[in-house]
Amino acid sequence: MLKIKDLYASVEGMEILKGINLEVKPGEVHAIMGPNGSGKSTLANVLAGKEDYEVTNGEVIFEGEDLLEKSPEERAKDGIFLSFQYPVEIPGVPMVNFLKTSVNEHRKHKGLKELTAGEFLKLMREKMDLVDMHTKLTNRMVNEGFSGGEKKKNEIFQMALLEPKLAILDETDSGLDIDALKTVANGVNALKSPERSTIVVTHYQRLLDYIVPDYVHILYQGKIVKTAGKELALQLEEKGYDWIKSENGN
Amino acid sequence: MSVLVDKADLSLKYTAHYNEVKDELFANSSDILNAQRNKAFQNFVLQGIPTRRNENYKYTNLNPAFMPDFKFIHTKEEKKADLGEVFRCDVPQLNTNLALVFNGWFYKNETEKGDLPEGVILDSLDSISKERPELLEKYASLANVEEDPMVALNTAFAKDGFFLYVPKNVVVESPIQIINLLQDKKDTFSTQRNFILVEDGAKVQVLLCDHTLNLNQYLNNSVTEIFAGNNAEIEFYTLQNQHNKATNINSVFIDQQRDSRVTSHTASLHGGLIRNNLQFALNGENAEAHMFGMAFMDKKQHVDNFTQVIHAAPHCESNQIYKNVLDEKSTGAFSGRIHVVRDAQKTNAFQRNNNLLLTDEATMQTKPQLIIDADDVKCSHGATVGQIDEEALFYLRARGINEDQARLMMMNAFAHEVVKEIKLEPLRDRIDELVNKRLKGEVARCHDCAYQCDC
Amino acid sequence: MEEQDKILNDVTQGEYKYGFVTDIETDIIDKGLNEDVIRLISAKKEEPEFMLNFRLEAYRKWLKMKMPNWAYLKIPPIDFQAISYYAAPKKGPKYESLDEVDPELIDTFNKLGIPLEEQKHLAGVAVDAVIDSVSVKTTFKETLAEKGIIFCSFSEAVKEHPDLVKKYLGQAVPVADNYFAALNSAVFSDGSFCYIPKGVRCPMELSTYFRINAANTGQFERTLIVADDDSYVSYLEGCTAPMRDENQLHAAVVEIITLDRAEVKYSTVQNWYPGDKNGKGGIYNFVTKRGVCRGISSKISWTQVETGSAITWKYPSCILMGDNSVGEFNSVAVTNNHQQADTGSKMIHIGRNTKSTIVSKGISAGKSENSYRGLVKVMPKATNSRNFSQCDSLLLNDTCGAHTFPYIEVGNKSSIVEHEATTSKIGEDQIFYCNQRGIDTETAIGMIVNGYAKEVLNKLPMEFAVEAQKLLQISLEGSVG
Repeated sequence: MLKIKDLYASVEGMEILKGINLEVKPGEVHAIMGPNGSGKSTLANVLAGKEDYEVTNGEVIFEGEDLLEKSPEERAKDGIFLSFQYPVEIPGVPMVNFLKTSVNEHRKHKGLKELTAGEFLKLMREKMDLVDMHTKLTNRMVNEGFSGGEKKKNEIFQMALLEPKLAILDETDSGLDIDALKTVANGVNALKSPERSTIVVTHYQRLLDYIVPDYVHILYQGKIVKTAGKELALQLEEKGYDWIKSENGN
Repeated sequence: MSVLVDKADLSLKYTAHYNEVKDELFANSSDILNAQRNKAFQNFVLQGIPTRRNENYKYTNLNPAFMPDFKFIHTKEEKKADLGEVFRCDVPQLNTNLALVFNGWFYKNETEKGDLPEGVILDSLDSISKERPELLEKYASLANVEEDPMVALNTAFAKDGFFLYVPKNVVVESPIQIINLLQDKKDTFSTQRNFILVEDGAKVQVLLCDHTLNLNQYLNNSVTEIFAGNNAEIEFYTLQNQHNKATNINSVFIDQQRDSRVTSHTASLHGGLIRNNLQFALNGENAEAHMFGMAFMDKKQHVDNFTQVIHAAPHCESNQIYKNVLDEKSTGAFSGRIHVVRDAQKTNAFQRNNNLLLTDEATMQTKPQLIIDADDVKCSHGATVGQIDEEALFYLRARGINEDQARLMMMNAFAHEVVKEIKLEPLRDRIDELVNKRLKGEVARCHDCAYQCDC
Repeated sequence: MEEQDKILNDVTQGEYKYGFVTDIETDIIDKGLNEDVIRLISAKKEEPEFMLNFRLEAYRKWLKMKMPNWAYLKIPPIDFQAISYYAAPKKGPKYESLDEVDPELIDTFNKLGIPLEEQKHLAGVAVDAVIDSVSVKTTFKETLAEKGIIFCSFSEAVKEHPDLVKKYLGQAVPVADNYFAALNSAVFSDGSFCYIPKGVRCPMELSTYFRINAANTGQFERTLIVADDDSYVSYLEGCTAPMRDENQLHAAVVEIITLDRAEVKYSTVQNWYPGDKNGKGGIYNFVTKRGVCRGISSKISWTQVETGSAITWKYPSCILMGDNSVGEFNSVAVTNNHQQADTGSKMIHIGRNTKSTIVSKGISAGKSENSYRGLVKVMPKATNSRNFSQCDSLLLNDTCGAHTFPYIEVGNKSSIVEHEATTSKIGEDQIFYCNQRGIDTETAIGMIVNGYAKEVLNKLPMEFAVEAQKLLQISLEGSVG
């Protein structure tokens, strides 16, 4: 599904990713862990196509096509969903309007008929239960006045609506209390299917108690320095990131 | 030829014209209007047609707009426009009482009577000033001829416009809509003088639609004086939709008494040069003023919103939000002055001006000002000039919305903050739609407009 | 409330601490201004011809100019013929060692807290002391010279480094830039000159201390600071004047030029005599301060604490010419009694990726008028530029005024300019809260005002910050009504 080969990327001239290799197959859950500044969020944003990040080398193949050639919206419509670490507030853009446009863009891309307002509202209501979303939130402007937890729930709610092939959860656990964490994780798990893959980017192990990964990768100084099964996360929790740092000569 | 000579010539031209038509103006007008004329013209000559050297016109040089050899319409002409057609210019689901101002002259809607309550007068300023002079005691008391040459020129040439009177405690349910049309075979200079008197406890909504009906050069110089009595409530909407060769100089003065509430909305969709002067004087305690403005400019269009709020009484509140979206080579200006006079304690005054520049050729100049002479006040202003938020744009695109559409959404959202303040729901929907069309680059014409002008 | 008023009155009527007059012999020329006076000043200073020409050009242009009237100030007419344009302490133009300095002068500066003896001085500050129109002593000159730094009086610079002066004089503030700058260019008598060579970080704070002493004189000093590539200097300026019933004119010019990657921090604590509580006397302070960030990635920051002067007319500005250059303006302006201030900044963005910040805190009390006036202009080619301005006003009673007049002009789509301004009253609940915790009103106001101004005070070098805090307290305590 996703193949990253020797990927280098920089921001404002500073090299952050220094040769990432990663393959994600359908249905797999990959966790990417690493200390602050290791390049986790950069990787997530590069995959989503953020323009501030310059890819200087390497390739990313998604469903057999060159991903890096595509605009952010094409990637989204091809099935890549990024759950943002800091979902942006957009005053003046109503949630419903935003979601309907987004859903219908995805449908057009798949050759499906656009939903009418009524059909869309029905779909929205179905998906809202999944993450315990309140209508009071969907009646607002995009992310405006949402608490940290509500913003993250809103991301998962959108994921439910858009049914992506690959979901990238960028620090979805940050700023969540344990209940909100469970709700978000339940939402993610409910959407699990043999076709849908997930990349969980996180600093801490605790989210992985709820979203169990098939593989755990440790990203350090722009490279994946260790890959193993879910036990790696526990090992990391125990030994801390200093372990990785010392193993890598720092 | 030096600029100075040009300017002198230009003023001379208007002086010559005034001298030429003076007798006719005096002969045909009421005493009330005539009383101010000569003094006003002197003040116009003294101040001259404003250039950028005039601090109040720092960002708008009006001289080029006064260059053409305009035709002046000093007498009421037989209507040339088919009013039946004109009055189709309605807003769906909005039941309004319609009237027309054509090249500065007021025409009653004879086809539909409307549902104005007893005692309410919607008529021509010219005739009311002759028939009911007692209603115009306060004429020219707000519009100060010494402070603005355009107000002076208007007062010198003033003959007609609309007059609205809402007696004590009368609530006008259906909004009053005034269609303001400019149409002539020649380049035309139009002077329009309006007067709105809303007595204690009365309530009214007024919608003013400015249109031009062909591509000639127009200069419209209008002055409106609005008086809101104790506890009166007025909503005043101005929709400006003219063409690139039209200059619209629009001065509105409002006097607010105790507990009154006045809201002004100005939506500038099209126009070659638009200058809106808006002055609120909060003269009674607990008065509330709200001012909203939005402008969407492209080509070489220019918009200048010049607002002043004078907090002359304690416990008043004023609020301003002005937004501009400037595309291509358009230019925008905003000057907003909040003046809290001594002893106007417990004043709350807020002002915001946000601008989006869509190209490197567009420019924006903004000049918010606070003059505060009382201490127990909360006043603030903010101004921004920038672009669409790239973070938000990326967020939308990451959800599969294509870039153009995402930009459009962001621009609509930018404008929506102002649009949402429109209380008349059908009008709000209509303006939302017009704004959306405008932002898409389509001609923002009303559905039913009979005039298929390419303006 | 009555108690509060009383405290306020007591404090507001606190005497100006620096109002004494020093009895020294002064060489003062006759009142009046004409070309002969200018030639006389130039001759007394033994200036080369280019300086005389500079002065004459300025004077001739000044004659054709008018006093600016756009500021929110009531300026009484000034009789420029009733002022003496040159006054200097008599004993020799410059002292080689401290022993030669008139003991009265040393005493004066000691009283002002500016010791001229290097060993007594707080380490790390070199001082150029200017009394009336003439620099009397520059400390630490030799230490600085070791690093190639030139720090001396302007007169000395004209003699010793004429090429540098000729190259940079009038580059930031042209001779006829404005009415007062033109006047200054014609008659300025002295001031400080500073040159930091390539790659040098000035090891100590440089400081000029200005003092008006003689009566019926104006003070017209001129400061020129040039920071060559990759250099850095922090510069301080302080000023006081005796209490006199008549108004005295101070029209200074400060020019700063920064070349590639150079940085200049310029801090001012302005405490000219503000006049008495009835508005009698005080300095008219009409100052032009401008820096040009000529080099790429260079930086100029202005920090000012303005508490003195009867009238202040002053807009320290930055012309951001070099790509990636940075301008900053941080100001606290306090007005009390009948003081008037119209002050702010101009940020002109010419180079790409230029950034500027304006933070202005106005505090008004008494019957004073306090205005912020500023211009942020982004030229069409200054792409990706940024400005953020924050202008806050605090009103301490209902007889003063606080005004804000920003001008913003943006000419390209990739720049972002943001301006915010607020005006509010000092919080009675805050004072009450302090009272309730046992803090008296006087102290509370001092605390609140200092807190309000902290953002700016923090930008000042340490010793200055302490002095500025005290000054704020003295200028304002008890002004709440």
